[in-house]
Amino acid sequence: MKKLNLIFAISTLILAGACGGGQSESTEQAASSDETAKPVAGQAMIEDNESAKNIVQVAMGSADHTTLVAAIQAADLANVLANNGPLTVFAPTNAAFAALPEGTVETLLKPENKSKLVNIIHYHAAPGTYKDAFLKDGMNLFMANGSNSKIAVNEAGEVTVNGANILATIQATNGVIHVVDQVLLPPEK
Amino acid sequence: MKKLKIMGVGLILALFVAAGCNNQNSGNSGALSNKSAAEKAYVAPGEYDEFYAFMSGGFSGQLSVYGLPSGRLLKVIPVFAQDGEKGYGYNEETKPMFNTSFGFVPWDDAHHPELSQTNGETDGRWIFINGNNTPRIARIDLTTFETTEIVEIPNSGGNHSSPFVTENSEYVVAGTRFSVPVPQKDVAINSYKDNFKGALSYIKADEPGEMKVAFQILVPGFDYDLAHSGKGKSHGWTFFTTYNTEESHTLLEVNASQNDKDFIAAVNWKKAEEYLAAGKGKDFPTSYVHNYYDESTHTATSNTVETVKVLIPSECPGLIYYLPTPKSPHGVDVDPTGEYIIGNGKLSADLTVHSFTKMLAAIENESYEDEIDGIPVLKFEDVIAGSVQSGGLGPLHTEFDGKGNAYTSFFISSEVVKWKVGTWEVLDRQPTYYSIGHLMIPGGDSKAPSGKYLVALNKITKDRYLPTGPEMNHSAQLFDISGDKMELILDFPTIGEPHYAQAIPADRIVPNNKKFYPISENEHPHAVKKDADVRVERDGNVVRIYMTSIRSHFSPDNIEGIKVGDKVYFHLTNLEQDWDVPHGLSMMGANNAELLVMPGQTETLLWEPKFEGVYPFYCTDFCSALHQEMQGYIRVSAKGSNVPLKWSLGED
Repeated sequence: MKKLNLIFAISTLILAGACGGGQSESTEQAASSDETAKPVAGQAMIEDNESAKNIVQVAMGSADHTTLVAAIQAADLANVLANNGPLTVFAPTNAAFAALPEGTVETLLKPENKSKLVNIIHYHAAPGTYKDAFLKDGMNLFMANGSNSKIAVNEAGEVTVNGANILATIQATNGVIHVVDQVLLPPEK
Repeated sequence: MKKLKIMGVGLILALFVAAGCNNQNSGNSGALSNKSAAEKAYVAPGEYDEFYAFMSGGFSGQLSVYGLPSGRLLKVIPVFAQDGEKGYGYNEETKPMFNTSFGFVPWDDAHHPELSQTNGETDGRWIFINGNNTPRIARIDLTTFETTEIVEIPNSGGNHSSPFVTENSEYVVAGTRFSVPVPQKDVAINSYKDNFKGALSYIKADEPGEMKVAFQILVPGFDYDLAHSGKGKSHGWTFFTTYNTEESHTLLEVNASQNDKDFIAAVNWKKAEEYLAAGKGKDFPTSYVHNYYDESTHTATSNTVETVKVLIPSECPGLIYYLPTPKSPHGVDVDPTGEYIIGNGKLSADLTVHSFTKMLAAIENESYEDEIDGIPVLKFEDVIAGSVQSGGLGPLHTEFDGKGNAYTSFFISSEVVKWKVGTWEVLDRQPTYYSIGHLMIPGGDSKAPSGKYLVALNKITKDRYLPTGPEMNHSAQLFDISGDKMELILDFPTIGEPHYAQAIPADRIVPNNKKFYPISENEHPHAVKKDADVRVERDGNVVRIYMTSIRSHFSPDNIEGIKVGDKVYFHLTNLEQDWDVPHGLSMMGANNAELLVMPGQTETLLWEPKFEGVYPFYCTDFCSALHQEMQGYIRVSAKGSNVPLKWSLGED
């Protein structure tokens, strides 16, 4: 039976292609039994070049955040971070990831460590839009993995989260991104 | 067994490929013919329909949008009735859309949608629809799917033969179903034959903001039922059906069905333009209202027009002719070549087909059998091309598939009949459930029909779907007409009453779809584009709250210093710049509806607080994970109190 199904699937593909029946765009996607490189369909896959950029699109456009983007994709969190939000994401730079003990990033990106990676990335996202003005000294910020991070604001008005400095803040359609110079490590549960 | 199975599959496959890969236009079997009805109508999750179908909402006042072939309801566009869902007709910016010479008329009877055309083909810019009760025509913009213009038609009662478009959208027409005294005056009703007139209006349609009556032709008091403009060789002419040539004013059911033949009125509008240029148009004083919604200010404004140009047929030879047509003809349809003019004689068993070429010859030769008020009546035998002996009863509408075939709806015998243009032979008939009114083929009334699908729009539903009390929504059936015989593939209910419908290939609309309003282009006088400009201002008892919304808060969200008896205007600007993220705003106790503000847009809600206290407002459209937190409070103090005006976000 399995073979029959495969034959039908492939034949549908051939028919769709050969007969020029190209009114609907994604016939190939639906019928394909190829499971390799295609990410799960979701809001991250919506083609929209007109709207302002969401958190994932901003991150993907940043040369300084290629490690973070790789981590997001390995953790399968692109759709979550492209969703309506709103989210506040602390985005460690490539340098921040490089400062971790040698081999840490490599290990985390392995498929068997996915749940650890998800936990760490969730610890960088807080539900809500916390622009600078709303981050108060001493505040416990609730993060998506269930733990809190600690906000501090010095006299000069500079904000840190768990001691990491905020280097820049970027508005996205579904929230705000604070670029930080350290990777935030979630507390042990 | 396994070997047999695989061979069997191989055979089926071979057949599949052989049959399925035929030229899609092959006569014997359409490209879809090997699929089941379910497969033909099925649009898989995540995929798009092939066509947008626009169906009139009839007495709902609105215009519905469906996908074909799935039959999925995509949207209900508010046009002639207030709509709480979009705040249409409730927010300050769109209330003016309902202005007429009779004041604010927040409902009308929406009958016939008509897509804009360029060179006789649907172009996806706009769709027009008529309001039959307080005669009006609306324009809907197909980049935003919003109503942007509504114009009243003067000197008219019921513009039923409306708003049919000319080949390049030069005009949309409005012919009157109800003759009335022109101008209106206090006379006895039975003076109908002396005092009542019909009016055929041509409204300029190709320029948004300029949709006004270019001219009207005053005609004998018949009922002008439907119309279509000519195409190709007959471009420049419009054809209107008439019934009640008996000129009866009571019990029309009996009295308007006496004459053997009524007329199709043929109007040469290019000639009308010549007469206007020559100064033959009389200036009749009148008063009709034109309303236009400006997309950059997000606001509708109304202006009253005080005069209209009227042409009198007896003074304008060659302007209009009557073609005798049996019997109380309803739809008049012009085939894609522009040669054949079909009169669907509602009370006749047969379809009358006139020839445009013969009509021109009859005019040239002055083959007249009569004259009414200076309008020549052409000899029936000299204009007729043929008649379709259909065997059906009660023909109403005909559309074409672009392959030389015509499809006519028959109300009384509840069927669609397919026949050949030119030979008039019947090729196929299919029942409809029940009592079909109109039928629609995408592009079926244009120069270039897409002859794949046909939708039957029925008047009676009864047991077709799960019952919902004494009244059921009207039923529609979708047919595959790509082959020789029609095949029923889907059955779905519609909103209101679809009197008429239009469909267009999706790719004429999708690329131009507007995703949001760029905030830099927002010219609303009370827009707020950045946090620093958020404020509340008082001028006497008028208070204006300049507010913004973005996931997931309003700014300001705490307001104090409002007093009982104030007129409070919430001017809300949605600062999002992302597709499909509107924010709503509703105020407790406000005597209207919510606002639903699109990204980059500004809209205004009027609230007149009556009682002291503190009252909530909130976002009504689920916008984000923290939508439930998107709220605010307003403090209302007594009239004459001196609680200071205060506004804030996030402060204690």
